[in-house]
Amino acid sequence: MLTLQYIPFNEIENLSSERRIAKLMAIVKKNKIILMQGRLKATEEAGLIEKTMEEVNREFKGIELCTIYPTLDKNGKVSKQIKQAVVKMLMGDREGLTIIGPATVVKEIKRNPDKIELLTHNLNSRKNLGGK
Amino acid sequence: MIDTFKALLNKLIPSLFAKKKHMKIGLYGPPNSGKTSTANRICKDWLGEDVLMGTVSEIAHETREIQTKENIHMKKKGKELTFNLIDTPGIATKIDYEDFLKHKLNKKVAKERAKEATKGVIEAIKWLDNMDCVIVVLDSTTNPYSQVNITIIGNLAARNIPVVIAANKIDLKKANVKSIEAAFPQYPVIGISAEEGTNMEELYESIVKMVK
Repeated sequence: MLTLQYIPFNEIENLSSERRIAKLMAIVKKNKIILMQGRLKATEEAGLIEKTMEEVNREFKGIELCTIYPTLDKNGKVSKQIKQAVVKMLMGDREGLTIIGPATVVKEIKRNPDKIELLTHNLNSRKNLGGK
Repeated sequence: MIDTFKALLNKLIPSLFAKKKHMKIGLYGPPNSGKTSTANRICKDWLGEDVLMGTVSEIAHETREIQTKENIHMKKKGKELTFNLIDTPGIATKIDYEDFLKHKLNKKVAKERAKEATKGVIEAIKWLDNMDCVIVVLDSTTNPYSQVNITIIGNLAARNIPVVIAANKIDLKKANVKSIEAAFPQYPVIGISAEEGTNMEELYESIVKMVK
């Protein structure tokens, strides 16, 4: 079974960067996929990757991460969209959606201007891997 | 007598005889984008044919520790630049030793490589704060809209570190420099082939221009 956990921005808004990362990691390590309202700051994303690498082991292989920007102008160019995204990333805010999933569950998150594709591993085979 | 005079001057003007610190130019990017190949090409071009930064491999995470080459003196169009070149491990959000098994590494070696690779990613991120300027090396045959690319660029922007993007592997058929230009229009993008040495002059001009 695939579990998605929604986190509204106000749940992390008043947390320090360290506590935000710790909260997200704790959920991902329970094999849940996080749908978080808003974005982390750029430095927090790097911090999340650092923390992820510290935690990698036989069962936990890392994360898949993707941020979606709802302010994208459908008629606008992708370049403009990414530029806006990078600028907004510096601050971190409640706009957009962040998807974070454990790499053992989420194989890949494909992003293109119009849609997000979340490819998952075969959960049965994952179970087998975990049971080795 | 001369030494005494030098010491006196040194006290008066401490920076006069202090060892000059060169700027640090880092190579960042996802695994297998060609950071070490680019570093090797820069070393060959400016330090001599026999000088290499590190070994390259088809298997991801070949570079798992920070590598440095000091005192690279670059001259371009009347401008000069001396810097230390820092090659960093590829930044990734996941590392699975089983991926290395596909390359016929044995289990023990694969696990060790994965463990070292995780440390390498952490080290690469920590070194971001030390960089004066960064060459982001991206594989021009792959989709540039990956979160790792965006996170790297976002972190450099957050630190106000000047960036030039090297769209590597233009010698390959699938190369698409335009897609990288479209993804990151706020940065100079230079299509290169580090392996064949194509367009390196243009990259050097861009580096010198960026830091001067």
